[in-house]
Amino acid sequence: MASEGEVKTVALPYDSAAKFQEYAHPEMIVSTEWLAEHLDDPGLVVAESDEDVLLYETGHIPGAVKLDWHTELNDAVTRDYVDGPGFAALMSEKGISRDTTLVLYGDRNNWWAAYALWVCSLFGHPDVRLLDGGRAKWIAEGRELSTSEPKRPQADYPVIDRDDQQIRAFAGQVLAHLGQPMIDVRSPGEYTGELLHMPDYPQEGALRGGHIPGARNVPWARAAEQDATFRTRAELEAIYHGEAGLSPDDDVVVYCRIGERSSHTWFVLQHLLGYPHVRNYDGSWTEWGNSVRVPITRGQNP
Amino acid sequence: MTPATLNPRLQEIVDDFNAMAGKERLQLLLEFSQDLPPLPDRYAEDRGLLEPVPECQSPLFLAVEVEPDATVHLFFEAPPEAPTTRGFASILHAGLDGLAADEVLATPGEFTSQLGLQDLVSPLRLRGMAAMLARIKRQIRDQRG
Repeated sequence: MASEGEVKTVALPYDSAAKFQEYAHPEMIVSTEWLAEHLDDPGLVVAESDEDVLLYETGHIPGAVKLDWHTELNDAVTRDYVDGPGFAALMSEKGISRDTTLVLYGDRNNWWAAYALWVCSLFGHPDVRLLDGGRAKWIAEGRELSTSEPKRPQADYPVIDRDDQQIRAFAGQVLAHLGQPMIDVRSPGEYTGELLHMPDYPQEGALRGGHIPGARNVPWARAAEQDATFRTRAELEAIYHGEAGLSPDDDVVVYCRIGERSSHTWFVLQHLLGYPHVRNYDGSWTEWGNSVRVPITRGQNP
Repeated sequence: MTPATLNPRLQEIVDDFNAMAGKERLQLLLEFSQDLPPLPDRYAEDRGLLEPVPECQSPLFLAVEVEPDATVHLFFEAPPEAPTTRGFASILHAGLDGLAADEVLATPGEFTSQLGLQDLVSPLRLRGMAAMLARIKRQIRDQRG
């Protein structure tokens, strides 16, 4: 997959941990042990993506670069992600090549790291993986942190067209999808619509509360253990197959508020459970809940 | 619309932020986050005295004391893994703690947008700081009856 003109680096081995072999795509995930062992390998770049824009500066995995969702992955003007040239410039500046093994991790159960991974997947980055347990597990295990800013040589990432067809859904497509499987990964209060009615609270930027008709509510963090690692495949199947009634051949749309929390669920369905057709609706509730005449359901029933 | 005036201490903070380039502003916010005073024991031991600020996304609690002479004291608690929230709390502490109640109440809610952080910090975060200020003012009004 290396693009022409780049120095070809040897791909890093996959993490052979037994837990990961149960997943549909074990190559998408690595453990803290694996990362500690491979931290200095050529061809690897580790990137931290957090909700808190300052957390990286308080200490990060040695050598890890910072990838900020708000200032770097989003377009500054249009509500959209960076385009092909923008992504190429960003990756190049971080020292990431097309053949780099990119390992992402972050705070809050890898919520934002999964979002960054999803954006990288829009550009088809060939080898991008999540650190199971993210920042919390690395720290809980007493592993080394660094506050020094890594100096990586500028890379030459090619301009790749963003592919919005496979794993991204837009509002019109969601309207056409009504009646088919959909998962709302927000908290129960946001799902029922009651959160919009709390007095004196600035809301999440939506004029209407509730959920998209037919969507089932599976809060995203249910896929994570207390230590921020992903649940085992059997546990995930119990949640998404057993409780939510999904099956692997379903065409599924997931959404939340702006598409970040649902990136985490997208990762679970697509890569851990192996669903081939999962799209993340990044417009999510901040678009749907403000749109004129789209159907909305209030309360606990889908 | 006349530009709202800030008390001199808060104005100095705003000026400090605006004198810096983007990345340095984040560094300054990080320094504020490290300078947030710890919670006094009386609050640490009785957390029911603290008001949660759910708008901040990360857990933030605050307490407001108004002395008989109307001097205001502010107390905040936010975890170390929420440095941005701590930074915002620390700015409010540095800019408002020890002022007279009327001076705190006169702080325009939109001052948060004068720090030049809009492009660096998500809008929800900045709204969290505005919410802290709104809750501080409400507590002052409540305590003064």
